Amino acid sequence: MTAGWETVVGLEVHVELATDTKLFSAAPSRFGDEPNTNVTPVCLGLPGSLPVLNRRAVELAMAVGLALNCEIRPSVFHRKNYFYPDMPKDYQVSQYDQPICSDGWLDVPGGSRVGIERAHLEEDAGKTTHLGGADGRIHGAVGALVDYNRAGTPLLEIVSRPDIGSAAEASAYVEELRAILLTLGASDARLEEGSMRVDANISVRPAGSDELRTRCEVKNLNSLRSLRNAIDYEAQRHIELYAAGDAPVQETRHWSEDGRTHSLRSKEEADDYRYFPEPDLVPLAPDDEWVDEVRAAMPELPASQRARLHECGTEPEDAQIIVGRGLAPVVLGAVEAGADAKRTVTHAVQNLALDGAELLGIDHLASLVQMETSGQLTATQAKAVLGIMCERAAAGTADPAAIAAELGFEAMAADELEALVDQAIADNPEAWEKFCAGEAKVAGVFVGAVMKATRGQADGQAVTQLLVQRRDA
Amino acid sequence: MSTDQVAHVARLARIELTSDEIEHYTGHLGRVLEHARQLEDLDLDDVPPLAHPYPLRNVFRDDVESSPVDRDEVLSQAPAASGGQFEVPPVLGAEA
Amino acid sequence: MTSAHVIASEVRAGTRRATDVLEDFLGRVATHDGDVHAFNTVTAEQARAAAAAIDAAAEGGRDPGPLAGVPVAFKDNLCTRGVATTCSSRMLEGWQPPYDATVVQAMTAAGAVMIGKTNLDEFAMGSSTEHSAFGPTRNPYDLARVPGGSSGGSAAAVAAGFAPLALGSDTGGSIRQPASLCGIVGIKPTYGRVSRYGLVAFASSFDQIGPFATDVADAALALDVISGHDPADSTSIPAAVPDFEAALARGVEGLRVGVVSELTGSGRNGAATGGPAPGDAAGEVLDGIDADVTERVLEAADALADAGATVGRVSVPAVTYGLTAYYLIAPAEASSNLARYDGTRYGLRVEGADVEEMNRLTRRAGFGDEVKARIMLGTFALSAGYYDAYYGKAQRVRMLTRRDFDAAYADFDVLLSPTSPCVAFRFGERADPMTMYRCDTCTIPSNLSGDPAMSVPFGTGAEGLPVGVQVMAPALGEETMLTVAAALERAAPPLPKPPLAAVTGSTGAGR
Repeated sequence: MTAGWETVVGLEVHVELATDTKLFSAAPSRFGDEPNTNVTPVCLGLPGSLPVLNRRAVELAMAVGLALNCEIRPSVFHRKNYFYPDMPKDYQVSQYDQPICSDGWLDVPGGSRVGIERAHLEEDAGKTTHLGGADGRIHGAVGALVDYNRAGTPLLEIVSRPDIGSAAEASAYVEELRAILLTLGASDARLEEGSMRVDANISVRPAGSDELRTRCEVKNLNSLRSLRNAIDYEAQRHIELYAAGDAPVQETRHWSEDGRTHSLRSKEEADDYRYFPEPDLVPLAPDDEWVDEVRAAMPELPASQRARLHECGTEPEDAQIIVGRGLAPVVLGAVEAGADAKRTVTHAVQNLALDGAELLGIDHLASLVQMETSGQLTATQAKAVLGIMCERAAAGTADPAAIAAELGFEAMAADELEALVDQAIADNPEAWEKFCAGEAKVAGVFVGAVMKATRGQADGQAVTQLLVQRRDA
Repeated sequence: MSTDQVAHVARLARIELTSDEIEHYTGHLGRVLEHARQLEDLDLDDVPPLAHPYPLRNVFRDDVESSPVDRDEVLSQAPAASGGQFEVPPVLGAEA
Repeated sequence: MTSAHVIASEVRAGTRRATDVLEDFLGRVATHDGDVHAFNTVTAEQARAAAAAIDAAAEGGRDPGPLAGVPVAFKDNLCTRGVATTCSSRMLEGWQPPYDATVVQAMTAAGAVMIGKTNLDEFAMGSSTEHSAFGPTRNPYDLARVPGGSSGGSAAAVAAGFAPLALGSDTGGSIRQPASLCGIVGIKPTYGRVSRYGLVAFASSFDQIGPFATDVADAALALDVISGHDPADSTSIPAAVPDFEAALARGVEGLRVGVVSELTGSGRNGAATGGPAPGDAAGEVLDGIDADVTERVLEAADALADAGATVGRVSVPAVTYGLTAYYLIAPAEASSNLARYDGTRYGLRVEGADVEEMNRLTRRAGFGDEVKARIMLGTFALSAGYYDAYYGKAQRVRMLTRRDFDAAYADFDVLLSPTSPCVAFRFGERADPMTMYRCDTCTIPSNLSGDPAMSVPFGTGAEGLPVGVQVMAPALGEETMLTVAAALERAAPPLPKPPLAAVTGSTGAGR
């Protein structure tokens, strides 16, 4: 950042809500299917069709709002009128001046608090594929194909206040928001796949002032890296314009792969969306009882999860990874159930970047760690068992004892291990002398021998303990 | 209401009009809006707007799938279709 | 003409075959619809199959339902699966919906047999059916006159004896006004009483489906069948449906009937009814309501008084502004509802170099003059800088109307007025838009408030043409409305049949 200036960023984040059906129709809300197969008359805007609001979508929106410390308020859906082929009714139904969630905040890890202006529900559009233009771009296209499978997918648009002061902070805000959404099960929130879309309103101002200067809205930010780079680029562009005695124009700009933002061709007509209350839907007015029910059903939020992980000795980076993977409930649960915190956290960070890990039963993870602590399983064996546990987590058949038995990881009888250790000592007399003389590193010779004899199934730590016992006897 | 306003509104509504037609509609709409001037003198600041005639609130459906419409039946009614999709002329002046 | 009641009971009893009933009506359609043009589509083959199925059910000892074998005509803005649903517009010519409207399902499930789809003003915008893209419907009482609109085809079909029952839609009077002009009964139920799912929207917060019939009892029977909560329509009211037919036999003794001052002059003989009534106020009578119509309404009020009702006059001041508010809000909603006709998914397309041009050319070619005018009017009323002065203010008038009606219903059980300010007029007579819009002066207030209202024939006016009296009731007050309508029907002077009826031997005493 050029000295004397500071960056001002507000973010608009659209997330697809994780419902089974669409916002206003009972069509499956699912991707990757054949075009135009997940559609009802409502999704296609067929004459005579009418919308009915999905209760689950409202509850997810409320949960996100509560997690963002918003007030849940009565809301009215409006129609936003504009023509586009992938908008089946040529209007979008959206909460306009009365969003369901308003006036909240999000504490970004690292200390700053970002205000949340609003979070409102709206329907997504379909997908237009441009034909014939280079790389499927609009320019030079000879036609387009429209698939309405995505039309009507519930979106929650979360609008922050312009409280974000840097690219790094913007990135941290999005990461924290994403962790909240995942924790709530409100969205899978994948930037790269478009289930989370971030637009950044960027401006600059003289350092220390509180004015808000002309901002530009930058779109097409499909990674955190794009977000950071676009903010830095756009802020610098504004500073240079001001330095040259010029000023930016309020407009929408497109972030492109070449590392720059480009002005989108402005339309001839100024936008006039002619919002008015959607007459086919009735007002939404959640009562306190319903809001309380939603609140009561909410899981522990990432900030609180991190705090508790810290309490049991987890490093901040590890805590962030665990929370980011949605593993905090199972990790904290296992520790509470008596599992060794350090080993549990180590597994979560090193061995649980697997699909299904977040579904592991607390008891199963706790007993695995206990089997390891007690020497029934080696660290290597425990890792192998964990892998299979994750595969079976969804089915609930991830019992570590059963899996260990399947893999032949029988806990070795103590006398059997002792016999093997004694054999190893007898086979390596020179090494034994050195060990007894205090050369701890030659322990590897005996551990290796025992491992070889057991095809790797012995617990190295247990072998070392036996060696020490023999030496000190 | 001016012819410029009518032309602007026709663009917003995506209706192609000739200049003669613009004249015609300027007259037509002008007569209706002239009549609407009777509302000008009405002081309704204390009267809230009414959007829905019957005071229903909180109408929902459960998040349960129902069977989609048959794609072939729908596409058979489309002006142009290709590969299971609706086909349109190129889209200009919009973002990708 | 046989009533739906008689047909259904005979078919249920097995004394008459639905197939024979259908052929009688199809015969009348074949003979006369060339003159009347009530239908856009006659679904004879489907109807024959449906009637045969009804007969098979009856023969097999299964009850085909309360409308067993009753032919019914559906306004051509009600979606019928696999049967063209055109809204009398080039835009949807030939469009076959992939689903049935909820009311179509309900009627069919009750044993009714769809005989065809009826003509209307394009997208239900009009009061004469002159705005149909497929040519107007003619009034069975006088083929040189309009049947009213927009459900003119449905009204004419019932009046001409093409079907005992028809369904229409009423946004600003589109059931009641054509019922009045065609000498039959038409009901606009409470907004939300009947599901709108599958009704091609004109103005969503006004549109309501209702029945046409030759008498009040048949209309009540059809209303019974189509009423009820539908989870597919968010504005559908989750209220139990009363037994509407049971309301018909109740007397009007003790009911308080208010004649709406603004819509009903005092007549040639001064105040028609007793002294000042509770809540009475001398509202200024609106211009343009013909004397012959006013006379019939006053006679109707007298008849109710004779039957034991308490009759008085009542002012509903906001009705003065109803027309204006309606002709801002309804076009505003229509401008949005009709945006989807863009040439992409269904209906007409006129090719263009790009999507925007394709949209513009399609909408130029697909929409008629009146539809274009209303779309533009509505677009304007919602546009930046004008919203508050037009749409916003009209919504406040709507609230004012709601309040004025509430005040009136504090003192009266039902209200009375003309349905239409005039009897059936000649084609082209009301070409000026405001003149045409004034046809809806008396009907619009109930659309603004969402309350139920119906038209009942009550004698004739100029040139022997039918006059309808409008009975209005508070929300969900259909039973009382029907009680009063049935009393009016009993007291009404006999109405001559339309001259078309002469062909099958009925009286031809009309003009």
